Amino acid sequence: MIPLSWFLLLSAALFCIGLYGVLARRNAIAILMGVELMLNAVNINLIAFWRYFTPDRSVGLVWATFVLTVAAAEAAVGLALVISVYRSRDSVIAEELDTLKN
Amino acid sequence: MSQQIIFFLLAAITLTSAIVVVTMRNLFHAALALMVSFLGVAGIYILLEAPFLGMAQLLVYIGAISMLIIFAIMMTRRLMQTNETPFNSQVIGSLIGSLLVLAILVLVIGRLYPLAPADAVLQTAPQVDPAVLQSSVARMGRSFVSAEAYVLPFELASVLLLAALVGSIIIAWPRRGEEDNQ
Repeated sequence: MIPLSWFLLLSAALFCIGLYGVLARRNAIAILMGVELMLNAVNINLIAFWRYFTPDRSVGLVWATFVLTVAAAEAAVGLALVISVYRSRDSVIAEELDTLKN
Repeated sequence: MSQQIIFFLLAAITLTSAIVVVTMRNLFHAALALMVSFLGVAGIYILLEAPFLGMAQLLVYIGAISMLIIFAIMMTRRLMQTNETPFNSQVIGSLIGSLLVLAILVLVIGRLYPLAPADAVLQTAPQVDPAVLQSSVARMGRSFVSAEAYVLPFELASVLLLAALVGSIIIAWPRRGEEDNQ
């Protein structure tokens, strides 16, 4: 009894909250958390379209699984980068990492 | 009707904790709220009759990614106990920007998929044979290893995971000479 548009609106709201987190937070780990929220929003979209249009095929589930895989890889590499940056710069504030500026 | 109530509960949990994630000053509390948000999304998957994805969400996001994030927060904790603002200088611009994106998305979704559609196909999830949904995981597994379907992306995903594993170890490895002042 749930129209498809409800899931799409939920996913749009979650995506925009994540986008705000990515744009507005200073801490690099908080930015990564915003990216994870955005990836979750994308996955809600994929699963909703799968359920409403092609429940007899596996393409939506397969896509969502790949998004999950890539998100896991991205989180591991991103957090390793954050740790590495923290070691050398003693800071995880994204604004202070300006070696390439000027 | 009960499905709608469950949907609204899950949506409220997900969105509220997502807002907490992006606004909370204490990063550790933000990470805990992120776990709650992932849990709400897992509930949405189960509501959409994709229980395998819901369980994968529990294992991968709540079990692994959140743990990684909390570990990273703890390793950089000295900087977490600050009273500075958690936002950078472009906070107003990003708020306006993301609200604009939300407005565009809502406009497009409202145009394409009306909130109270007259078309019966869009009003509710299409009724399918329960056996079709129950066998969806088996079908997905077969299509992952079938040469006509997704075997190449599947193998690429395993290469990607291996590369990420090796890469993150190399990146986080202490440089030579740094071990002394650790």
